[in-house]
Amino acid sequence: MKEYRTVTQIAGPLVFVEKTEPVGYSELVNIVTADGTVKRGQVLDTSDEIVVVQVFETTAGIGRDSGIRFTGETIKMPVGRDMLGRILSGGGKPIDGGPEIVPEKRLEITGAAINPYARSSPEDFIQTGISTIDGTNTLVRGQKLPIFSASGLPHNDVALQIARQAKVPGSTEEFAVVFAAMGITREEANYFMADFEKTGALERSVVFLNLADDPAVERTITPRLALTTAEYLAFDLGYHVLVILTDMTNYCEALRQIGAAREEVPGRRGYPGYMYTDLASIYERAGIIKGVKGSVTQIPILTMPGDDITHPIPDLTGYITEGQIVVNRELHRKGIYPPINVLPSLSRLMNLGIGKGHTREDHKKVSDQLYAAYAEGNDLRGLVAIVGKDALSERDRMFLEFADLFEDRFVRQGLYEDRSIEETLDLGWELLATLPEEQLVRIDRELIQKYHPKYRKKAQG
Amino acid sequence: MEKGKENRTQGVLKRISGPVVTAVGLDAHMYDVVKVGNEELMGEVIKIQGENVIIQVYEDTAGIRPGEPVSNTGLSLAVELGPGLLTSIYDGIQRPLEVLMDKMGNFIERGVSAPGLSHEKKWEFVPTVKAGDEVKAGDIIGTVQETNIVHKIMVPPRSKGGKVKKITAGSFTVDETVCTLEDGTEITMLQRWPVRVPRPVKEKLNPDVPLITGQRILDGLFPIAKGGTAAIPGPFGSGKTVTQQQLAKWSDAEIVVYIGCGERGNEMTEVLTEFPELEDPKTGKPLMERTVLIANTSNMPVAAREASVYTGITIAEYFRDMGYDVSLMADSTSRWAEAMREISSRLEEMPGEEGYPAYLSARLSEFYERAGRVIALNGEGGSVSVIGAVSPPGGDFSEPVTQNTLRIVKVFWALDAKLSQRRHFPAINWLNSYSLYLDALNEWYDKEVSPEWNPLRAWAMGVLQKEAELQEIVQLVGSDALPDEEQITIEVARMIREIFLQQNAYDAVDTFCPMSKQYHMMKAIKRYADLARAAQAGGATPAQVIGVKSKNELPQIKFIKDYEPELEKIMKQMEAEFDAMRTV
Ligand SMILES: Nc1ncnc2c1ncn2[C@@H]1O[C@H](COP(=O)(O)OP(=O)(O)OP(=O)(O)O)[C@@H](O)[C@H]1O
Ligand SMILES: [Mg+2]
Repeated sequence: MKEYRTVTQIAGPLVFVEKTEPVGYSELVNIVTADGTVKRGQVLDTSDEIVVVQVFETTAGIGRDSGIRFTGETIKMPVGRDMLGRILSGGGKPIDGGPEIVPEKRLEITGAAINPYARSSPEDFIQTGISTIDGTNTLVRGQKLPIFSASGLPHNDVALQIARQAKVPGSTEEFAVVFAAMGITREEANYFMADFEKTGALERSVVFLNLADDPAVERTITPRLALTTAEYLAFDLGYHVLVILTDMTNYCEALRQIGAAREEVPGRRGYPGYMYTDLASIYERAGIIKGVKGSVTQIPILTMPGDDITHPIPDLTGYITEGQIVVNRELHRKGIYPPINVLPSLSRLMNLGIGKGHTREDHKKVSDQLYAAYAEGNDLRGLVAIVGKDALSERDRMFLEFADLFEDRFVRQGLYEDRSIEETLDLGWELLATLPEEQLVRIDRELIQKYHPKYRKKAQG
Repeated sequence: MEKGKENRTQGVLKRISGPVVTAVGLDAHMYDVVKVGNEELMGEVIKIQGENVIIQVYEDTAGIRPGEPVSNTGLSLAVELGPGLLTSIYDGIQRPLEVLMDKMGNFIERGVSAPGLSHEKKWEFVPTVKAGDEVKAGDIIGTVQETNIVHKIMVPPRSKGGKVKKITAGSFTVDETVCTLEDGTEITMLQRWPVRVPRPVKEKLNPDVPLITGQRILDGLFPIAKGGTAAIPGPFGSGKTVTQQQLAKWSDAEIVVYIGCGERGNEMTEVLTEFPELEDPKTGKPLMERTVLIANTSNMPVAAREASVYTGITIAEYFRDMGYDVSLMADSTSRWAEAMREISSRLEEMPGEEGYPAYLSARLSEFYERAGRVIALNGEGGSVSVIGAVSPPGGDFSEPVTQNTLRIVKVFWALDAKLSQRRHFPAINWLNSYSLYLDALNEWYDKEVSPEWNPLRAWAMGVLQKEAELQEIVQLVGSDALPDEEQITIEVARMIREIFLQQNAYDAVDTFCPMSKQYHMMKAIKRYADLARAAQAGGATPAQVIGVKSKNELPQIKFIKDYEPELEKIMKQMEAEFDAMRTV
């Protein structure tokens, strides 16, 4: 392989090389520094005059004396079934002291788009054991449902609880977990690893670790390596795969950094104008394919800068994913775990995975009613702060109390409390029963007769 | 390829930068379709600068190198129009996704071309003109029963026309000649039309008939006319796609073109699985039979996303020319605008507002301008209604795509996160939304619904306005402090919101509400309001009036298909309850 020593400029993570033979766009590049270290990069722009290479590691040590080798192929990842149970770096190299991965296949990491015609509708209910998810923002197999959180909030606990408890009722298959860390601290990573080890999940996991002190640019490939692995496990080997990506905010920061180094015209708040498309090329890699056994379900985690949901990172994510679970600081301050605020949370695929034949016939209506009642009660809190409880009508007072009860009973649960969907729905009814029956306008008479505790007790007694 | 010209229809690549590549040594015109690289990826010329020809490529360019060949087809980006469009699902450049799946499996790889229509399938052609007849551009010369829709075969718009020499009934592929004119012109069932050029019409008319959608807040308060334009902006998760899909399902258009432009794959799958099972409320036939889908999802190439909108509107115009009412949904025009922005920034063009190209507003208005109610070249009346979703960053409507769109479209359905978070659906804000077609459509509602309808709508809007004012006071002093009369207003407004405006897209019955039912529902609420006012004037307290039991039954009406007996029963009870109040 020809080696060029024609570096003309280095700016941030970018290396400019001239007088090369024709180099392919997106090609993998090896850069050999004076001390013999090999760093990897990728072609961002190629012409007969100059080639721009984005380096995935620190550019420290790269200079005019570095040798640039163009590999002639785009970045591929070796995958094989022995990846399960392994820990790899954010660049895909084993870091657990174990042997190299025996490749059964080498796959393009950018991953082609699933033909929409080949997709099949996700509709298998995943029980996470968390009421605010199962009851009101149901996750289904093949969905991409992110957790929107903020610094200092227990999103990792929520993610771990999901990973521990997720199951499809009636199916004995366990999820394989692909975990990709981007720019999180060693401590956080250890927290995840310890839990995986304790629960035995590690055996059916593949872990990619790009930590806070690893090169930021490497983060731009970590989720792609993880998803390539997930697709292989799912669509080649037939696993149902749960992918956890954390923290997407660090990924986006890396994108911004590269954009700035390229002197691109920035989009909103300095993030690249193509960030939507870039994020879509990650998040869209979830789903189910007709006639193929496995599935890829994604739970990306991101921390909202300044708790701001309109910040470009959560905003663009929400525009791509199929809903979001919002972790909320106020609930956390009240000491409620998991501090999931259901109001801005949403699962768009919920309707496909609930109801008769999936969960229970009353699911949708109970969820709607819980939302409506909680939203109403929550609104009244603002009013109470101004006019005091006494100025409220009787009806208002009941909703106000409902909101507190909802947070205390429905939202709050233990870190290891694994509620079945029946328990969640019954709990919902128990809370709704504190409101007068005629206020339950979102539920049909029939269902009320069948599930309302008042009538159930009668039926039993 | 002609000798001697060879070297100029064949150039070489000089630079590759994502979806934008530069070629030299090539003769080209703007928007020529070119084949890029050894794999002959499809691309389109978007800029010519001295010796450099700049091309956007519709497929992934990874691995392409400088020095690879580029050849010019000399054609502009066009779609194939003819029998076989209906029920199809295409990518942004009209490649049938079903064919792509056959050719390359479950994932979309590159370098595969596939024509928009099957060139093998035979269609039963029935002539509607005979030898000796004079035909001109646009005229209908025959029909094909495509699905339950009759596909009309037309003389291409740019043809000179002439006297029919020979026309044959029978089974033909789209390439076979079905009609020959005296001057030797051969007409097939296939037309190719460049997507960036509007198809010509004889005349544009002013819209005066509503596109009835079965969605109460739309038909009832903010209607769009057939041939009209509407925008539906809203933050993520507020209901753009659900609303667009509702329109695709239930609007009384004869043909629906649905463009998934830079959005989710699963949403297109949902349409594909759901539509064949749903029936057109008008014809009873599967909805899929009147539908053409274009799916260029967010992770498919951006250049093809840019083209998808043009591919869609050209297909819509083609059916309009047959005399059909077509409705086109584009979800989301913001992703289209972003595709323009991405390409533009690769071209290193001078950016306009928020990095969008300076021609953003021109492109948007050119697109919406292709909507309209028209007299086609052949004299048929048809229409294209365009409904564009807009996805403003952070839900902030002051951004360029929303603002430029609002300057053009006549209907604004403003989605509101506050409503969607409360699960008030459709989350269309009744105070900010508007329709500029109201005046033009009044007469239709008078005639087709009831002379009472227009006043009823005005009344309902008045109540909602009043409620908004009162809410401000409530926020300060609590609702108990309001005068009796206003407490009733608040209650009536709540009924309008919860009974009339809220509509559940996922309920088998409520998903589609005929105009007559909308009228009856609103009339029932108004009747309650009138009775309540009368009772209150007669000395009843707000608690009494609001406590009327029968009104709690009204929401159930939404979920009953043959609602009339039930509604009548409820209204009788209501009258009785108010009567009782008077006699006490
Ligand atoms: N009319 C409706 N009836 C019932 N539910 C609705 C309705 N409209 C929206 N929803 C609910 O809101 C969710 C989000 O709606 P939708 O997917 O249309 O949002 P969107 O505005 O298209 O978001 P994005 O910009 O992210 O694509 C739906 O999944 C559904 O749960
Ligand atoms: Mg949408």
